[in-house]
Amino acid sequence: MSVLSTVVSQFINGLQSGSVYALIALGYSMVYGIIMLLNFAHGDIIMVGAYLVWITMSILGLPPAVGIIAAIVGCALLGVFIEKIAYTPLRKSPRLSLLITAIGVSFFLQNVAQLIMGAGSKTMPTIVSGPNVRLGSVNLSFVAIVTIVVALVSMAVLTILVQKTKMGKAMRAVSEDMGAAQLMGISVNKTISFTFAIGSALAGIGAVLYSCAYPQASPTMGGMLGLKAFVAAVLGGIGSIPGAMIGGFAIGVLEAFVSAVGLSVWKEGVVFAILILVLLIKPTGIMGREIKEKV
Amino acid sequence: MKRIIALVLVLVLTLAVVGCGGKDKDSSIKVGLLGCITGDYAQYGVAVFNGAKLYINKVNAEGGINGKKIELIEYDDKGDSTEAVNAFTRMVDNDGITALIGSVLSGASIAVVGEAYPIGMPVISASATAAAFTYNEETDTVYSNAFRVCFIDPFQGEKMAQFAAEKLDAKTAAVIYETGNDYAVGLKDAFVKECAEQGITVVADEGYSKGDKDFRSQLTNIAAKEPDVVFSPNYYEDDGMIVTQARQVGVTATFLGGDGWARVTEYASAADLEGSYYCSSYAASSTDAIKEFEAEYAEAYNGEAPSMFAALGYDAAVVLVDALKAAEAKKLKAGTDDYKAAVIDAMKNTSSVGVTSKYSFDEFNNPIKDAVIIKVENGNEVFAQMF
Repeated sequence: MSVLSTVVSQFINGLQSGSVYALIALGYSMVYGIIMLLNFAHGDIIMVGAYLVWITMSILGLPPAVGIIAAIVGCALLGVFIEKIAYTPLRKSPRLSLLITAIGVSFFLQNVAQLIMGAGSKTMPTIVSGPNVRLGSVNLSFVAIVTIVVALVSMAVLTILVQKTKMGKAMRAVSEDMGAAQLMGISVNKTISFTFAIGSALAGIGAVLYSCAYPQASPTMGGMLGLKAFVAAVLGGIGSIPGAMIGGFAIGVLEAFVSAVGLSVWKEGVVFAILILVLLIKPTGIMGREIKEKV
Repeated sequence: MKRIIALVLVLVLTLAVVGCGGKDKDSSIKVGLLGCITGDYAQYGVAVFNGAKLYINKVNAEGGINGKKIELIEYDDKGDSTEAVNAFTRMVDNDGITALIGSVLSGASIAVVGEAYPIGMPVISASATAAAFTYNEETDTVYSNAFRVCFIDPFQGEKMAQFAAEKLDAKTAAVIYETGNDYAVGLKDAFVKECAEQGITVVADEGYSKGDKDFRSQLTNIAAKEPDVVFSPNYYEDDGMIVTQARQVGVTATFLGGDGWARVTEYASAADLEGSYYCSSYAASSTDAIKEFEAEYAEAYNGEAPSMFAALGYDAAVVLVDALKAAEAKKLKAGTDDYKAAVIDAMKNTSSVGVTSKYSFDEFNNPIKDAVIIKVENGNEVFAQMF
């Protein structure tokens, strides 16, 4: 294998993990865009999604399609449920209270999972499988292709949803000015719940894709994954949908190349160094808009 | 009242005298047996004791050595280093042992060897895996009196390199291991060193840190070098993940591992693992010798199946008894310094055959013995061969 094909392979590795980061980063970004909340429980929703796949497939013995639907629907419902129980009552409170509540929800989900499923990791069944594809001397794994394609399709659908539909218009309106949107007759509560549902459904898709590549589910798996996706969202410009995608792919590819040159031990360090650099140099991220103070 | 006390005293004294006189010092060879038979690690200790006693009883039933019975002096150290040293001192001062089988845990064994080395007491442990049991790195001294029948961790790396060269005809190898994990690094270093001896070129040396789930970047580098074998001396969860991802990025090489691989089939698919090998020190019902041992053990201990520790306890007794025979053949008197020196000398040059392997010792008194090679076939971990 030539150096070039190794570089291409590493790039694809990066795109594969980047796809998952991007899907999760979208959830962070959408929620932040609409209620200015950093939903730190978002990573743990992925963990719940992974366990849902495991339960439907390994315990109930149902086919992968059911597992995938269970993860997506389950995550969406869980997202809305958390929003109703934990965040809605605090909508008028300072943003710090919301942030701390989100961290609390995150711990709650992790510990409940540990209580029910045990602290050890569960091995995921095979969700998708297919032959590896060879392009010249570059080896493309079936899982990598599926992951990247599914992520791109999800993002395309999301973009259409936000830009072309009535609900999307409502989301953008609430994000711009909640009070004014309400005056225009938009149901703010419904719109926020819908945003949580979509963001969490994306996390469900992320959970399925993550489980294909790393077939183990553990109670704390969402922690680091969520943090990296958060860095991706900040890098892309938090609140921006294309920004989250770009940020996710960038972090994934960066990690792949850091590991490839033998610095795998520094992988996480590099990701968080990016967060610090972005916050120092361009806090609004790559695609972020300048926020003008409303007078 | 006085008369009763006097009577009791007389009785006690008489008994004491009879007790001493009843045992002729020359008619038995006293061997200490030390380990944790109570406490958290009792199951290891009990197994070692059972295994050792099984063989010693067999030897005694067949008439002992040179007409002399082996007398086992058993002490429980509860897995505690201080208790172990106290028990050892009692064995030496009060019981007058000639050799010691023990201890079971590495910590207690190291403590005992510190006391046993200056007085030249032969010590053989069934299960102390820590290198420091036979070799003090700080002072660069080998404890010439201490031996073990279990293999130390790095030995597995050496074995797998030899196996790759001789049985798999490998010319190139890659390694992927958790940096900062002593077990993984120890095995990997030994593997790489032995590869050089065996003429295998190590084409890729990739590390990862604890908790990593993504190994595809490292594995892509490995795939690019197209090695014949990949050595992954990590724990089963990581190994399973590594093999799964390796197949995804196009690594077709045979995977090799150490005993950390046990139960790996629960962590990766049968297809991805097919044809991988790992080494271990014991596999139930694998060889004729082990089957015979299992039958004898079951008969002696209410149908119980022996563990690896029981087999190693048995082997420790075999190696020691052979050395005692050598000392007896020299017509030395049990308990004397010359006798102990002869036992140590005989163990050093042993060629004893236990249930798990034939034994000899290297310069650090670590055993050179066969390892069990386990192969993954159709999702099952099956015994392949002794190597």
